[in-house]
Amino acid sequence: MTIRSRRFPIVAYLEALPLASVFLVFFVVPIALVVVVSFFSYETYRILIPAFTLDNFRDVFSESVTYRTYLTTVKFCAIVWAITAILGFLIAYFLAFQLRSRVSQTVLLLICSIPFWTSIVIRMIAWIPLLGRNGLVNRGLLGMGIVDAPQEWLLYSEFAVIIGYVHLYTLMMIVPIFNSMMRIDHALVEAATDAGASTLQVLWTVILPLSKSGIAIGSIFVIAMVMGDFVTVDVLGGGQVASVGKQIATQLSYLQFPPAAANAMVLLLAVIAMIAVLVSIVDIRKEL
Amino acid sequence: MFGAARPPVFYGLAVLLGLFVVFLYGPIATVVMLAFQGPEGGLVFPMNGVSLHWFAELFRPQSIGDIWGSFDRSIALGAIVMIATVLFSLLGGLAYRRRFLGATALFYIVIASLVMPSVVVSLGIGSMFEMLGIERTWYSSALGAHLTWTLPFGLLIMLAVFNRFNPSYEEAARDLGAGGWQTVRYIVVPIIAPSLVGVALFGFTLSYDEIARTSQSVGALNTLPLELEAMQTNATTPVIYALGAMTTGLSLFVIGACLLALMAVRRSRDRFGSDAGKAV
Repeated sequence: MTIRSRRFPIVAYLEALPLASVFLVFFVVPIALVVVVSFFSYETYRILIPAFTLDNFRDVFSESVTYRTYLTTVKFCAIVWAITAILGFLIAYFLAFQLRSRVSQTVLLLICSIPFWTSIVIRMIAWIPLLGRNGLVNRGLLGMGIVDAPQEWLLYSEFAVIIGYVHLYTLMMIVPIFNSMMRIDHALVEAATDAGASTLQVLWTVILPLSKSGIAIGSIFVIAMVMGDFVTVDVLGGGQVASVGKQIATQLSYLQFPPAAANAMVLLLAVIAMIAVLVSIVDIRKEL
Repeated sequence: MFGAARPPVFYGLAVLLGLFVVFLYGPIATVVMLAFQGPEGGLVFPMNGVSLHWFAELFRPQSIGDIWGSFDRSIALGAIVMIATVLFSLLGGLAYRRRFLGATALFYIVIASLVMPSVVVSLGIGSMFEMLGIERTWYSSALGAHLTWTLPFGLLIMLAVFNRFNPSYEEAARDLGAGGWQTVRYIVVPIIAPSLVGVALFGFTLSYDEIARTSQSVGALNTLPLELEAMQTNATTPVIYALGAMTTGLSLFVIGACLLALMAVRRSRDRFGSDAGKAV
């Protein structure tokens, strides 16, 4: 308390000012503008014409392609969420409960994290020589006699996109789940074991419920990333796969800002609805 | 626990983690290998000889696209974003140690920025500059776009650090007559220095590799990730792998430098820090 009373609160405002200004100018105002622009109209040589029209939304909802892209995107979300959640939970459990030294925990967590700080584009491009028609996987399958013709569905397909997502976003699950698990009192695990619970029972009835908030935070990340993605779909889908993010990016490349904004609004509502469910499970500030 | 036999689940999960690490690093390892293709080599295995041909190709002026221009911009932007992220996150973290009006709202805005689909942020910033009639450039609109991505990581790290920060160090400094600025400069910053290195790492690498938020905010001149994405659609030679290997090498170098800095700090603390409780 002494610190709070001795220093002037005005200092707090000054300290928060740079942060607040950046988010006001480059986040709050732009997002508000997306809402405004979604009601604008446009022509070939004029990107933004101030107006109040519902045409953009009408277009979004009247085209059958919208429903198909949303279905694909939600399907990606569901599959990628399930894979990353299970994989992330198991790896986090191994790091937090099966390793005995702090050093091996740190080193292994670091090994899992390092790719996060390298280029997303390169990590996606890197799948091409593996999954392509003449790629390593096809050669291996042909060589072992498992298939007798190169498999085309490995690359530029929904399969490739899902592989790409799992590659990029499993870490987003591992870290928050690991963080939750590190707070679990090991005495609880010992008590359960002493009471006769098997490893699997401990995992299911003690550790899983106590890692719930980590799983929720990881899920928020994964869902938000997959819902809005267009880079992975672009590189690994190769024009064969459509997602909502990709659709918006395509409209933007044709300078169709208002329809892209309307599309973005719908995407945003979908993401917010999904996150709202997860936020009700967890208080983010308590997790830091 | 110590010395007890490992349960079978340990080995199962160890194998799973091993496979995951191979899955994580395998693709990038193939890119690095293919970058050393011979001059006649193609985009896929087998290796047709081993050479530095495709790295040399990167430095030829007639090479496709504006590789070096975009590389310079990415480095410069990464450096600016890094400095701003460290500075603003530290200040923000200090601000959150006290209560101020709008603190909760600001916190949720920062979280929202983290989970907001990047394409929406990009579209918003693009529209804003379009409406104001200001040209979009990498050092204005794209800089702002990058900060909306790096600052949430920076602030969250700082909040976590200050949640665990022991205020008695500051009280001791103040009792010895240090002013507010002196306390921050000589006590707080040195204690949290390793975390600041971490924030810097996030600031630089996330900016250097950012693509989604940059796409609509960068204007006419691309950053390196955008240049790479454009290149990959019509890549016919391993030169793209050479570029990929080079830029990944740079990222790994930055990560390695940060880790070494952290280890150096830890070692000097072990040597010169408190010896309390170490007496035999």
